[in-house]
Amino acid sequence: MTAAVSTPYSVPVAMMDILQVTLLILVAAGATAVVLIRERVRQVLALSVYGVLLAVLFLAFQAPDVTLSELTVGAVALPVVLLLTLAKIRKREE
Amino acid sequence: MTPAQRRLVFALGAAGLAAFYLWGLFGLPGFGSYPGPYGFVINRIAVGQTNATGVVSTVNFDYRGFDTVGEEFILFAAAAGVATVLRRLRGERERPAVDEAADRQVRPTSSAVRMIALLFTGPVVVMGWWLAVHAQTNPSGGFQGGVVLATAFVLIYLSGEFLVSKRVSPVDLTEVVEAVGAGGFAAVGVSAVAMGLPYLKDFLPLGTVPGAVSSGGTIPLISFFVGLEVAAAFILIVGELLEQTLLIRQEGQ
Repeated sequence: MTAAVSTPYSVPVAMMDILQVTLLILVAAGATAVVLIRERVRQVLALSVYGVLLAVLFLAFQAPDVTLSELTVGAVALPVVLLLTLAKIRKREE
Repeated sequence: MTPAQRRLVFALGAAGLAAFYLWGLFGLPGFGSYPGPYGFVINRIAVGQTNATGVVSTVNFDYRGFDTVGEEFILFAAAAGVATVLRRLRGERERPAVDEAADRQVRPTSSAVRMIALLFTGPVVVMGWWLAVHAQTNPSGGFQGGVVLATAFVLIYLSGEFLVSKRVSPVDLTEVVEAVGAGGFAAVGVSAVAMGLPYLKDFLPLGTVPGAVSSGGTIPLISFFVGLEVAAAFILIVGELLEQTLLIRQEGQ
């Protein structure tokens, strides 16, 4: 593997590797948590946190545009839509 | 079909999937390897050709602008679909809203949430506007900027001002803005054709200083239209859902 990140400013390759591996593990853990949480509102909140994790991951992999998309859609817009839907159907489900 | 047969079919399918998945995994290129010349070529020539330093936007709104038109109309179709499905048909009566959970306790929004939401509304609008109209110099563009702008609307709602958030985004106006955004993008492309150039060819002056506000020609213009479209589409979708929830809540109180 060559330099994980080549930038005009110098970031030690090893440091970047550690960051990226850590984030990959965190994202995997986050996704698992979202699937395992059964209580719906908490699941949506976990999904939002997972969106933030993914956004940071994309940033560490040098994709700032995807970071912004993920941050706005994955961490904010999608949870809002889901929470509103939950508020609407709460009674009917019980 | 007996449960045993069903399990057999599942086992066969699962084994096939696993085999193909592993086969695919072993054929993957190494981590971070990039064989194609396309990205390297773009990186070398993009700034020189357009004077825009936000190369991601240059790719989205110029080199591959035609893809982006398609993407934009996906969102347009989604928002139009929501508006169509949730509209009132002729001969349909609007049922008075019923609280589906009369026993729930609606807590008043805490002043901490209201304060933070109010504090963030202004900066979020500025941020979204900057992202949407300065695509030539920042790494995002109209899509992200539009969603950030729509988030400001959600913040106004969070700060407890639903009536204000309705007043600043009446449905008719939002629909017009969405249509202008979607149409504007296509119109920029057609204008190029009218001048005898290829569809979506960058026909505006590119500026002289790379990364200046005036650089990039049609890139910031297209990004602006995309921003309008995306912001309006999100406000429409979230607004429809809010209304469904809030009508019921108001009725219950």
